[in-house]
Amino acid sequence: MQTALANDVDGIVGECGGAMMCATCHCYVDEAWTDRTGPRHEREDDMLEGAASEVTAASRLSCQIRLTPDLDGLVVHLPDEQF
Amino acid sequence: MTTVVIVGAGQGGLQAAISLRQNGHEGPVVLLGDEPGLPYQRPPLSKAYMFDGNEDALALRPESFLAAKQIDYRPGLRALQIDRAARQVGTESGALPYDHLILATGARNMHPPLPGVERAMDLRTLADARRLRDRCASPRRFAVIGGGFIALEFAAVARKLGHEVTLAEAGPRLMGRAVSAEMSRDFAEMHRALGVNLRLADPVAAVTETGMVLTSGHVVEADDVLLAAGVRPNVELAEAAGLTAANGIWVDGQLLTEDPAISALGDCAAFPDARSGRRVRLESVQAATDHARHIAARLTGGNPPDYDAVPWFWSDQADWKLQIAGLAMPEDRAEQPAPHVVFRFDDQDRLTAVETINGARIHMKARKMMAAGPIDAAQAAELLA
Ligand SMILES: Cc1cc2nc3c(=O)[nH]c(=O)nc-3n(C[C@H](O)[C@H](O)[C@H](O)COP(=O)(O)OP(=O)(O)OC[C@H]3O[C@@H](n4cnc5c(N)ncnc54)[C@H](O)[C@@H]3O)c2cc1C
Ligand code: FES
Repeated sequence: MQTALANDVDGIVGECGGAMMCATCHCYVDEAWTDRTGPRHEREDDMLEGAASEVTAASRLSCQIRLTPDLDGLVVHLPDEQF
Repeated sequence: MTTVVIVGAGQGGLQAAISLRQNGHEGPVVLLGDEPGLPYQRPPLSKAYMFDGNEDALALRPESFLAAKQIDYRPGLRALQIDRAARQVGTESGALPYDHLILATGARNMHPPLPGVERAMDLRTLADARRLRDRCASPRRFAVIGGGFIALEFAAVARKLGHEVTLAEAGPRLMGRAVSAEMSRDFAEMHRALGVNLRLADPVAAVTETGMVLTSGHVVEADDVLLAAGVRPNVELAEAAGLTAANGIWVDGQLLTEDPAISALGDCAAFPDARSGRRVRLESVQAATDHARHIAARLTGGNPPDYDAVPWFWSDQADWKLQIAGLAMPEDRAEQPAPHVVFRFDDQDRLTAVETINGARIHMKARKMMAAGPIDAAQAAELLA
């Protein structure tokens, strides 16, 4: 989420600054990467309930994905809206 | 090309600049802030920052972003006055002309007229948080004045760090203005279990060299005193320019002041609440950023309908995440349909707010439902399904 904001990815809002309180950092992790980004938190599931766009198996809150060297090249897709 | 000047580079001021650019505004955007450094978020100051001291994580955007977006950011520069006739903002380094002015001056800590109050510490700015965090480095006895969100968040953090904490609230319950009595009670129990020494309905009479004295005569021995008894909106700049202000700069449903060239947002703005029709002032990230987006949409020709975003708020206290969807007036009835869930209803039995502890699913559903229209009790019950 922070990396997206710093690099002007308009599709990520990140209103709550990564506190898992807003669900405006919703993204879809590309299938090829889901193994490496790992599963969702339980509370992430709850927050996604209120995401503005469709929630799929690939949905994540991007503030809960920690970018490690292992995720270099990560591909995510952005939802149409975050509100 | 129109020039937009934004006074105050906090959560709302920066968001206004970003949204203007996102909406295609091409004219100059000048962002004026009297604090040093990059615009930062305040919520972590009473939470994660107290533990990790990570200042980099506070910046809302890096410098490279501001440059790329051609946001003319002027840190450490204070707006001294507004000349509405000439459409200029006066600063120490000269006048800044504007076509539209956005006031995003936020709020400052309220200092009640108590003897010795100057001895107490604040928690509003990064500079305040640094000072307070330094004090947390060795075991201490903290006295906290106030029982609102910031006071309680700090109390929980300080207990976790192993400090002694006594917290005095003047009113009969915690977070009294913002949540139901049921929530206040649950939080009081939780804080007591954490080992916070709570003194309710006992206003502080004086801050002393060795702590504080309460109205009851009770003496609290402490090494440091934190003053967290609410804030005052920064309205003086607007008032001096002849704009109406009373607990916030008055704006209409378009977040415009009575001067069509001046808008106001966030902590410093008193705006009409679309649901209750009352004039309210909110202190939340949501209000600051939703206001900013609304103003940017209007300035870029979006012609938005009157502002009506559903308010929401959160507070982290120990392992409890309090979330509030909507906005209840103090007299709104409270109903507790399940542990850690409270519904608030107005006198027409419309749902006005949903308060939850660690109940993100209900919170998010409530926000969505309330955005779609008025909710009655039967519909509210569906939130628990
Ligand atoms: C410790 C703390 C914890 C918080 N936790 C939460 C939370 O968990 N959830 C939540 O929703 N909200 C929280 N808040 C509230 C939230 O941070 C504020 O509501 C939000 O920052 C308001 O944004 P704003 O832009 O209106 O004002 P601010 O972010 O306060 O920005 C206003 C800026 O304007 C500057 N300024 C004032 N006058 C002038 C002038 N004349 N010239 C130039 N600059 C000027 C100020 O110095 C300040 O930098 C918290 C606040 C604090 C202090
Ligand atoms: S940034 Fe708010 S939930 Fe991710």
